[in-house]
Amino acid sequence: MIGKMAIVGDGDSITVFKAAGVAAFPAENEGKAREILRKIAKEYKIIFLTEELARPLADFLKRFDEEPYPVVLSIPSKSGSTGYGEEALKSAMERALGVDILFNN
Amino acid sequence: MSRLNVNPTRMELKKLKARLSTAVRGHKLLKDKSDEMVRRFSILIKENKRLREEVEEELSKTLKQFSIARSVTPAYRAEAAFAMPSVEVKAACDVESVMGVEVPKIDLIEEKHADGLPYAYSEITSEADYSVAQATELLPKMVQLAKTEKTVRMLADEIERNKRRVNALEYVMIPQLEETIKYIKSKLDENERAAVIRMMKVKNKG
Repeated sequence: MIGKMAIVGDGDSITVFKAAGVAAFPAENEGKAREILRKIAKEYKIIFLTEELARPLADFLKRFDEEPYPVVLSIPSKSGSTGYGEEALKSAMERALGVDILFNN
Repeated sequence: MSRLNVNPTRMELKKLKARLSTAVRGHKLLKDKSDEMVRRFSILIKENKRLREEVEEELSKTLKQFSIARSVTPAYRAEAAFAMPSVEVKAACDVESVMGVEVPKIDLIEEKHADGLPYAYSEITSEADYSVAQATELLPKMVQLAKTEKTVRMLADEIERNKRRVNALEYVMIPQLEETIKYIKSKLDENERAAVIRMMKVKNKG
């Protein structure tokens, strides 16, 4: 099974990946991003989403966790990491293990 | 703990005993499964953290560099240069099973293209070329991270569900069955004693 990759984010952050061969979908706000995700979720197997957009869409993104595909990954945008990825990791760990074994704070 | 609403007969007792032994066996199996899942989860989450830190650092660097490099070129020309990418990265997507959870398995398909970059060199600065090359290099790691993170999330959900099942068996199902069995046993014993006494009384009368 061959899957395509896509990236959703604000203009500047995604252009470079467009050149690298990842399909780029510009979205300036979360409403737009939600619309785009809904449209491309079937076609693209791996979708990168900038953290600024992933944070307000956390509940919406949960539904993708039921199935193996598509894989949605939040990535930092050009303004740097907001720590969202770590937060998500932490919450998954606390749900599964009940304790924090990585960050210890 | 409430007992089940059944008739205190030998048939029921036998049935309940069978159910109890199944429940105990199921509980043990699920508990083992939970332990193993937690073990794998803690390995995966450590890897996930390491990968995420690496990717975040490199990606932020690349994006920052790119936005600086791009600012030299007028926006419309940059847009035009990147508008028609000549390459398309693809990934072989498969499904593998981790402790009965279907998780994605992704391998990036490398495609070598002739001139290296999908636009004409004259259109954009060499710093941007460098960023694009960096982004391309970063992709396999990002895909790896995507895969690991998804696996971690799915495994976390499954561990939670499994924990609920184990608890339901341990604190509801098994005590309930045990109590009902005890109740039926005492009822049967009582009936037996009553029968013996009745016999003795009948015998004394004659």
